[in-house]
Amino acid sequence: MKDFINAYSWINIHYLLQGLWITVAVSVVSIIGSYVLGSILGIIRYVNIKIVSPVVGLIIDIIRNLPLLLIIFFTYFGLPNLGFRPSSVWATIIALTVFESTMIAEIVRSGIAAVDPGQMEGARANGLTYGQAMYHIILPQAMKKMIPALVSQFISLIKDTSLATIIVLPDLMHNAQIVYGQNSTYILPMFLMIAIMYFIVCYALSVLSRSLERRMS
Amino acid sequence: MIAIFHNYGGLLLQGFGQTLLCSIIALLFSLIIGSMFAIFEVTPVKSLRVIARVYIEVFRNIPLLVITMFFYVVIPMFVTKISGFAAGTVGLTIYTSAFIAETVRSGIQSVDPGQMEGARANGLSWWQAMRHIVLPQAFRYVIPPLGNQFINLVKNSSVLAFVAGFDLMYQGNVIASDSLNTMTTYVVIGILYLIITLPLSYWMRYLEKKLA
Repeated sequence: MKDFINAYSWINIHYLLQGLWITVAVSVVSIIGSYVLGSILGIIRYVNIKIVSPVVGLIIDIIRNLPLLLIIFFTYFGLPNLGFRPSSVWATIIALTVFESTMIAEIVRSGIAAVDPGQMEGARANGLTYGQAMYHIILPQAMKKMIPALVSQFISLIKDTSLATIIVLPDLMHNAQIVYGQNSTYILPMFLMIAIMYFIVCYALSVLSRSLERRMS
Repeated sequence: MIAIFHNYGGLLLQGFGQTLLCSIIALLFSLIIGSMFAIFEVTPVKSLRVIARVYIEVFRNIPLLVITMFFYVVIPMFVTKISGFAAGTVGLTIYTSAFIAETVRSGIQSVDPGQMEGARANGLSWWQAMRHIVLPQAFRYVIPPLGNQFINLVKNSSVLAFVAGFDLMYQGNVIASDSLNTMTTYVVIGILYLIITLPLSYWMRYLEKKLA
């Protein structure tokens, strides 16, 4: 019990919160980036442009099936060989955005495919162009179907930021390791605290998505 | 690239084997644990439902790395010395079982409730009906999502690199720092992962289409 009281001193908690802030900031930037990029890729894959769509599809499948950790190593240690040296924060954001956008592309593609094709035909028959029909009719309906899958993908993105400790991103996991590295009696309290912190962030997001789903249906 | 295969063939093969071994062990155990919690979630017993709900929500919302590091760092302090491979596999099993529980539960719930009622009306106990009537039907629905979980498992097994689990990713880092040819090494490692995951992912997509 005394260990816990000592471990949760204001300095340590403050340090963990700084890590949490980095985790959240990196996650938010990557979520926005991968959502935008993933939607574009998903739509390209859905609409079947000659040559472009199969090539994009193959690249998506390759990146989707690699471990994120490998992509993080690749951006941080591999890219400098090509003359581009990102900081650990940017390397994490790039790796997460590239990896998660391929996951989101698949969600977007199957979300659009799940909309009744009669919707598109009806919209075209009423004089809308393909782009208009897609933007005003198909995408809003597809969006509703995609919300649960998208949110669980964003949750796994937040959890995956912890992998970037390996390239010394000063995130929650990394800062906890620093704290318990100083004093081995802090190990258990630190693990408990970061588990709670990650849980609160991720669980809050899943509760939010459930209420969003209810309101839209 | 050929040079990497040629010079470090043994390390690559060892890493590949460890990754596959750890993924298969973790899959087997997480299937058992996951199915158990999935059944808990649909039982009429409220306390079991609460236990299952808590287990699933907790381990779905905590990073795999935190769980794995917990076993690697904390278990040796209080219980017994544990190898990186074992810690990683236990962490992977617990993390994945929460996802498999969700998958299997939705499979069970997609079976027509009339099946259960009919079986009960014919005199089977709740457990007999679950075991002989509902579960066999549920497993047909959940094969594609389970396959995707296995792909995730193979990818997530790279977390063993954090705990000296001698898996593919770990050996990749060893080779990268030894050959100084970082870019090519990671490409080679990527190809080796894709050999496992890519065919599996196309197969699961085919199964999904066939079942739909």
